[in-house]
Amino acid sequence: MLSIIDLGIVRDVIVDDKVTVVLVPTYSGCPATEVIEQNVVDALEKYGVDAVAIERALSPAWTTDWISEEGRKKLKEYGIAPPGYGASKRELLFGSRRIPCPRCDSANTSVVSEFGSTACKAAYKCNDCLEPFEYFKCI
Amino acid sequence: MNSDQALFAYVTRLGDNALILGQRMVELVAAYPELEEELANANFALDYIGQARMFYTYAGELEGNGRGEDDFAFLRDENEFRNYLLIEQPNGHFGDSITMLVLFETFYLSQLEALSTCMDERLAEIAVRAEKEIRYHLRHNAHWLVRLGDGTDESRERVQGSVDTLWQYSGELFAADDVDRAFARAYGGPDLEALQQRWKKDIAAIFEQATVQMPADGWMAAGGKQGRHSEHLGYLIAEMQYLQRSHPGANW
Repeated sequence: MLSIIDLGIVRDVIVDDKVTVVLVPTYSGCPATEVIEQNVVDALEKYGVDAVAIERALSPAWTTDWISEEGRKKLKEYGIAPPGYGASKRELLFGSRRIPCPRCDSANTSVVSEFGSTACKAAYKCNDCLEPFEYFKCI
Repeated sequence: MNSDQALFAYVTRLGDNALILGQRMVELVAAYPELEEELANANFALDYIGQARMFYTYAGELEGNGRGEDDFAFLRDENEFRNYLLIEQPNGHFGDSITMLVLFETFYLSQLEALSTCMDERLAEIAVRAEKEIRYHLRHNAHWLVRLGDGTDESRERVQGSVDTLWQYSGELFAADDVDRAFARAYGGPDLEALQQRWKKDIAAIFEQATVQMPADGWMAAGGKQGRHSEHLGYLIAEMQYLQRSHPGANW
């Protein structure tokens, strides 16, 4: 099960008279941001922690480079091709990428759409095993 | 104008550009030519609205009068918005949208790059976050401009028409006013002349690949940054604010 820790979203947890969880938002318009925050509050409540504060840290900005090795493995197992490392600048503008199929590992894949079910993913298809899949974009 | 006023005005303007452009893009949902573009456009609009939320929330904190993001978005009148005229132009055909986005985002990307090293910490943080997303927007939109320009005779003719019509709104992006100057002085904000040189080069490169002619610089429209808008903004604001104005204080 992929967790927000695997995704590098949890920046810090401070425990004093309350529990403060510091989260880093991913995309500016990510509709899951508030849901994730509420889920954190709910999860802690289940363990009997009532005094919870959520803080959003904007800096340093979230990058897919923070997704752990474990997280990348889980993404691939789920069927989402994980991002590469080194979310670097201008190359993103006009460079092209080779994304291996998460099911059969073939490099013979093509982009169907730069945007998949969510802003963070692109839609791909594998030309070998013919299955569609999503790619978690490097940012 | 002191540095606090300059910062507040500058941040509010950034929020206005993001919100108005986001709203224009939302109007295109379910009206774009193909499904993949629908997804792209909706995701882009979401990025812009997210950025508007961050800018407006910060503006409210700077002002210190208890105004939040929703007050800035839904309870201000037309002449209080300080967005560029370029992005309030009504949606036309697909080529019009792509052209407008390429012209604006080539500028916005370098504005964000400059802001990410400015001396206001919060603004720099928001800029770093937004810059990563806008780079993806520009990549997508520039590819489309190239395909439309270097496409069929008809697609080139249409998109050249878009460029010729929208060019008069590009000057305002670089026309520095008191807010720009005060912000640059106090916070190391972007040098608009340098940004303009860079923009001209970037646009020339894209136009060359797209086999599109760059128009000569003629008269340039202005006034959006000072709250003097085309009539188009009125309709957009009316629709965007309708629910909140009809039912003040309404929320989900």
